[in-house]
Amino acid sequence: VKPSVFVHHAPRSVGEALAVLAEHGHDAKVLAGGQSLIPIMNMRLASPGHLLDINRVVGLDTVEVTSEAVRIGALVRHTQLERHVEAFAALPLLRRALVNVAHPVIRNRGTTVGSLAHADPSGEMPSVLALTNGQVDVASARGTRTVEAADFFLGPLESCLEEDEMATGASFRRFPGGTGMAFAESARRRGDYALAGVAAAVTVVDAVITAARVSFVSVTPTPDVLDLGDLLAGVGLQDADWAKAARLASEHVDPESDIHASAAYRRMLVGVLTARVLAEAVADASARALGEAAAIDAADALAQGA
Amino acid sequence: MTETMSPDAEALLEITLRVNGVVYTARAPARRLLSDFLRHELRLTGTHVGCEHGVCGACTVLADGSPIRSCLMFALTAQDYAITTVEGLAQPVERVEGTRDSDGMDDPDDPDGTGNSGGMGLRADHGTVDNGTADKGAGTGRFTMSPVQQAFIECHGLQCGFCTPGFLTAVTAYLLENPDPTETEAREAISGNLCRCTGYQNVVRSVLRAAEIARERGTGR
Repeated sequence: VKPSVFVHHAPRSVGEALAVLAEHGHDAKVLAGGQSLIPIMNMRLASPGHLLDINRVVGLDTVEVTSEAVRIGALVRHTQLERHVEAFAALPLLRRALVNVAHPVIRNRGTTVGSLAHADPSGEMPSVLALTNGQVDVASARGTRTVEAADFFLGPLESCLEEDEMATGASFRRFPGGTGMAFAESARRRGDYALAGVAAAVTVVDAVITAARVSFVSVTPTPDVLDLGDLLAGVGLQDADWAKAARLASEHVDPESDIHASAAYRRMLVGVLTARVLAEAVADASARALGEAAAIDAADALAQGA
Repeated sequence: MTETMSPDAEALLEITLRVNGVVYTARAPARRLLSDFLRHELRLTGTHVGCEHGVCGACTVLADGSPIRSCLMFALTAQDYAITTVEGLAQPVERVEGTRDSDGMDDPDDPDGTGNSGGMGLRADHGTVDNGTADKGAGTGRFTMSPVQQAFIECHGLQCGFCTPGFLTAVTAYLLENPDPTETEAREAISGNLCRCTGYQNVVRSVLRAAEIARERGTGR
């Protein structure tokens, strides 16, 4: 099936793009990677009268790593972020989640910010944005604003973006030192939408858990975060009750039954995956601590040598 | 500048596309998918159209050397990339037999900016045999199969052939990045392409064999 007729706009700057949205926003869609939008248009589930193709807009394709966050522009492709060495060092969760986004060929084209704006509860990256307490940079001809992840997603496929607004970038906030991260999902076939997915971040200080949070894919209407601090904070690594945490996660989510899996099965998956990612996150925290210690030792050795 | 057209008239836009090193211009509406533009306007029917929502992988082509779904890109957007289709994979005979550079690069100038080496058969500087345009490199009009094409023939990596153009382009790009994949990696590499005939076993073998052939040819055998 083919897309219906639209007017194509190819602005060269954010300003030009926002001008188009100011005029046609009620009947326009922003095209970045198009790996969700174009299928929807091909199937005629969406037939916008105006297509705002931002692929020629300059300055939206950068990845910035600061001490606070990993910030990406609206034209950063999933593959670009996945392979970004500094971004991986700062926030390994990004790559661990991104490799689950569809297939490599789709990731070559699809953008991470586009996936956030699409606000699909089956998307991996909205869930990661939520877990990292990230932010979305929003612009319109009226001005700019920064929206917290918790306020960005309103419902399935619904973000808080107004008709004349576009997401120009997003920031994934870095975790405190000692935090390990993990992501796991289960799908019928490699690259399919996950039946369920869980992202975890666990902070460990001196073999004691100080914080533990998980977020979900495909089993909540919006990518919300479950704080397991009440259960796990202050608990020594030997005494952590993953089974109880898994049960809490299963009870927290609100999956739906469909042709691919029943709600009960998805709920069960959430429990299994939660226990798995929590354990992996703890292992990751230890590995990162060792890595940091080794790096510090090496720096000390260098300093002493000099 | 912002480009606009009237939706009522279904206006035709002039679209200029670089495909397999040849520049083509044709008129098509804004909503023309790259896959359809290649097949209908340019008559390059090697690219196959399966699902039209990015699942089957049959329409995979390379944009600046990177595999993408041509059914999920508009022809208008594709103007900013050098496109390689399955028709661009075979290598002109004399290039293979005589004039290969020692570094394995087909064309040091790389006018398309695809950054692809010739080892996997990506040609940035030649057209297809039948396009009738000047094609300085293919004087004899004779082409030899690229390593990936050759491997799919040797290992029976296809039966009906519908999915094959997508496999060939995706695998070609994959092997440039990972010239020596394990079987597991080969499976992962083709996970985005559906085949209803082969059961994939021979496709996996083809990927591994293609890597071998590329190595054999790359060492100037």
